Amino acid sequence: MIYNEKAERMSAQEKEKLQLKQLQVVVKKAYENVPYYRQRLDEVGITPEDIQTLKDIEKIPFTTKSDLRDAYPFGMFAVSTDDIVEIHTTSGTTGKPTVSGYTQKDLEIWGEVVARALSMAGATKKDIVQNCYGYGLFTGGLGVHYGGQKIGCTVIPISAGNTQRQIEVIQDFKSTIITCTPSYAMYLAEVLEREEIPRKDIKLKAGVFGAEMWTEEMRAEIERRLNVSALNIYGLTEIIGPGVAQECMEKNGLHIFDDHFYPEIVDPQTLETLPEGEKGELVLTTLTREGMPVLRFRTRDITALRRGECGCGRTHVKMDRITGRSDDMLKIRGVIVFPSQIERALLKIPGMEPHYQIIASRPQHLDELEVQVETSPALFSDEVKHVEEVKRSIEKQIHDEIGLRVNVSLVEPQSLPRSEGKAVRVIDKRKFS
Amino acid sequence: MKLKQISVFLENREGRLWKAMNVLSNAGVNIRALSIADTSEFGILRMIVPDPDVAKEILEKNNFVVKVNEVIAVEVMDKPGGLDELLGILNQADINVEYLYAFVEKKTDKAIVVIRTEDLDAGIKTLEKGGINILKADDVNLL
Repeated sequence: MIYNEKAERMSAQEKEKLQLKQLQVVVKKAYENVPYYRQRLDEVGITPEDIQTLKDIEKIPFTTKSDLRDAYPFGMFAVSTDDIVEIHTTSGTTGKPTVSGYTQKDLEIWGEVVARALSMAGATKKDIVQNCYGYGLFTGGLGVHYGGQKIGCTVIPISAGNTQRQIEVIQDFKSTIITCTPSYAMYLAEVLEREEIPRKDIKLKAGVFGAEMWTEEMRAEIERRLNVSALNIYGLTEIIGPGVAQECMEKNGLHIFDDHFYPEIVDPQTLETLPEGEKGELVLTTLTREGMPVLRFRTRDITALRRGECGCGRTHVKMDRITGRSDDMLKIRGVIVFPSQIERALLKIPGMEPHYQIIASRPQHLDELEVQVETSPALFSDEVKHVEEVKRSIEKQIHDEIGLRVNVSLVEPQSLPRSEGKAVRVIDKRKFS
Repeated sequence: MKLKQISVFLENREGRLWKAMNVLSNAGVNIRALSIADTSEFGILRMIVPDPDVAKEILEKNNFVVKVNEVIAVEVMDKPGGLDELLGILNQADINVEYLYAFVEKKTDKAIVVIRTEDLDAGIKTLEKGGINILKADDVNLL
């Protein structure tokens, strides 16, 4: 079912006309109200009047995560905080979080796009949505909440965790749609099987899964075990939260709600715009946001865009499932981790050599992080208990830094690969592409 | 009298112990006594060698992490009850043993026990008082 026929089935011509008009408005607003954008556009000698075609967007400098972080907390807002009615942030494990501010109208847009997304999964006012995304500063919980309520669904704001409760609610409240990370969906399936919950007591028909990378194999597995249609949702706090793009029942790509978010694909090295269908980094511009317009945000997510007709009848451009990152960021159990954070933690330990390797894996559907560290004389002792203490203290130091439990393995000196340029710090054994 | 022991960090994977032995063998180092402490993730190879500083240098050149520390070497009778008597003395004096390993000397009826007590000096004092023969480096190397 299509939530907004007019917007979602708009012709290409109409869409482009609308996008250009919106782009001109948002660039003007950003230029006039956000000192950061005024400065950036002035630096390259661009004024809002220079945006005459959609292609002219390429003249605008990129916005990066660190630009947003530098503006902490409210430097990117284009309106007075009087008009900001809600704030969300990223987890901020890499330092200052990035802040996202929403006006009342922004919240309505957010609700609208998530409503479209949930409708793609078949949600109507008859449905009961068990929303297991975390509520709070994280955008997942409230984003899905607003979208579900906009449709008129019964939204269960159960938030993340407490698996026993989730299992009870699935049975007692007869949830029909579940929203969580794909790895948590796998875990729930396992627990439901282990506790031998009868299939007839589970009414789930669809799942909207996101906030981490996953694969077609995982989809097949979740669909088989939970007996649902498993669909991919995409979004990011910097742009709005979940609801930037969503898969329809065709399950071959995510429709980007391109009347609100304008997508481009660029080569992450040269930053040249790539032609349709080519893989590169996704760059997004908010076309309608008031509180915090973001121009040409480098998402670092690798995908490709595909236009043309979709079997579902929607005309929103589609993007492939995300298959990687253009930086070394890792997402472990939904938490963002940069190798530099782990390095920082290691270097706090006296006598520690900066030789380490990070190995991400997903042995039982849940992410695990192993950090291999080269032993040095300062860390070593003739006594097992001392060496184990050292190992535990490294684990604690990393936990304090990234907020995740990791397993530290001590390895022999010179056993980790060295390279001429950038060392290979991360081995991601989880297969996404 | 304290004796120098060398400890080597071993990763828990195939060929690592052999590599350490191979390095020492190529350098003509004769190992007098040896023990391995193993955990699920790593091992610690502990050895008494005639010249610990030389052994350390050779191992380090081959990228091993090595620590030289002191232990106590004592002589006990190679017959039932030998170790019992020794540990009884330490137990009486409340001396905690971190680890120990023993080897039998062929030419005599004695066994050599290498002991690492939490407090080495207290360990030595107690053993001496208990009439245990504490060996010097030369004694061990001559065996």
